[in-house]
Amino acid sequence: MDVVTWSRIQFAMTAAYHWLFVPLTLGLALVMAVMETLYVVKKDEFWKKTAQFWMKLFAINFAVGIATGIILEFEFGTNWSNYSWFVGDMFGAPLAIEGILAFFLEATFFAVMFFGWNKVSKRFHLASTWLTGIGATISAFWILVANGWMQNPVGTTFNPDTVRSEMASAAAFWEVVSNPVAVSKFFHSVTSGWVTGGVFVVGVSAWYLLKGREKKFATKSMLIGGLVGLVGSAAVMLSGDASGIHAAEFQPMKLAAAEGLEDGGKGAAFTIVPGIKVPHMLSLLATHDWNGYVPGINDILNGYTDNEGNVIPSVADKMAMGRTALDALATYRANKDTNPELAAQAREVLDANVQYMGYGHLEKPEDVIPPVGVVFWAFRFMVGLGMLLALVLLLSVWFAWKGKLENYRWLLWTALWCIPLVYICGQSGWIVAEVGRQPWTIQGLLPVNVAISSLSAGTVKTTFFVFLAVFALFLVIEIRIMLRAIRKGPEVEPEKL
Amino acid sequence: MGRRQPFFWTLYRDGFKNMTWGKPLIWIILLKIFILFAILRVFFFKPAMRGLTDEQKSERVGSHLTQFPSDTLTLND
Repeated sequence: MDVVTWSRIQFAMTAAYHWLFVPLTLGLALVMAVMETLYVVKKDEFWKKTAQFWMKLFAINFAVGIATGIILEFEFGTNWSNYSWFVGDMFGAPLAIEGILAFFLEATFFAVMFFGWNKVSKRFHLASTWLTGIGATISAFWILVANGWMQNPVGTTFNPDTVRSEMASAAAFWEVVSNPVAVSKFFHSVTSGWVTGGVFVVGVSAWYLLKGREKKFATKSMLIGGLVGLVGSAAVMLSGDASGIHAAEFQPMKLAAAEGLEDGGKGAAFTIVPGIKVPHMLSLLATHDWNGYVPGINDILNGYTDNEGNVIPSVADKMAMGRTALDALATYRANKDTNPELAAQAREVLDANVQYMGYGHLEKPEDVIPPVGVVFWAFRFMVGLGMLLALVLLLSVWFAWKGKLENYRWLLWTALWCIPLVYICGQSGWIVAEVGRQPWTIQGLLPVNVAISSLSAGTVKTTFFVFLAVFALFLVIEIRIMLRAIRKGPEVEPEKL
Repeated sequence: MGRRQPFFWTLYRDGFKNMTWGKPLIWIILLKIFILFAILRVFFFKPAMRGLTDEQKSERVGSHLTQFPSDTLTLND
């Protein structure tokens, strides 16, 4: 395998590892904040102890997950240096805001949440618990602003002098922040974290009930966790619908790959699994129009007219325009100091073709097709598991509310097994989002083979296996500590971390 | 009479001092940060363009960007 493939595998592994911890942090933060709110409102010690138990698991997850995102930044600088330079101006602001907020909000209120039970008022403590979760959520927002920009690079202009995508004004910054792809991705990712937290709480509680332990604690936890998970599930479906619309608009190849749609058309059918289709459903999901036009892979390769009547050029034409842009960039850079007139002409040509600049690096039109099988099945795992999880959450809440959970051991076992499934569901979602946008690091502007540093594949391979060993070690440690804490149960030591 | 210590100082100081089950977590965090910054960052993840000026970085990325596969380009008619 070449350096690009090894670098991609390494980045994928690091990002997937990071995403093992983030959703549980986001979800458990909400669950324990709701529980502590019940404690403050109802003045019932039971809710304090319950919240404290889930805080303990939150802390274990947080401790092992901490700084896993920094490794991604190491990889940016070492493996993806061309990309890092290209996006540096744009990424600087959101990542700096994320770093500062993460540090001040989380570090401050996290400490109050764990160390402050007898040192601050109940209300201040409650506010700290909520702010810990809100801090993590705001951090996620800024990261997803950066990710959303890579999927739909709005608000920036390419500067041929610095060779960077730059934000020229405050209005541009607002355009980046309000990027529809970033906004829907934020809601989709954060609320999927609520589902993860909910399923985790329901699953762990189910284990206690299966063991005949901590019945009141487990039933009440299941009710709160299940409700948080259900609200998350509903929000995931709504934001997923927005994501589908945005994929159709900004990344139609990703949508075509997710559907395995070779030839599109009006009134396109949605494939549940190969051989089972729902007529018109894809058009409805992608355009909110029963007969909306959805392009397939071949339509995108050959060019098509979209639902607004815009003529979308073929990939071959985009490649030609991309080549023109790159030629103009080379001419501009070679002449800007010696022949300003020629440089100015080159700049005009560049500006006219810059939106297709990345296509100039492709060798053949088919290079724009992502691995269809991977994206197709990852999408089905995500949706199918998401629906199963929502159903299990619904049943768990219903029977917890009725006080009949122990009569349904199959449901308790299913809820327990949903813990690994919710992680597979979340990872599948990211596979759809990230593998589905290949070959681009930045949609239309920078393909992966140009974003890479001048490294040998051997170097990246070495660090890949070092990471694999380190990640595996920490994951085993986390799971062991987490299982020990769960086995010990919620007979909490109330005041001490 | 001793001067009153800032709230956040005592919060952290007493919190760390009285830790029970949290202590292993702190060791995990410290171990991880050591592995990340003292080993991986120093020996394996050196920024590829460290030491270059911004102008040199622009030059390098610009030259990579303008090396496109012109000879192998096969456009459909």
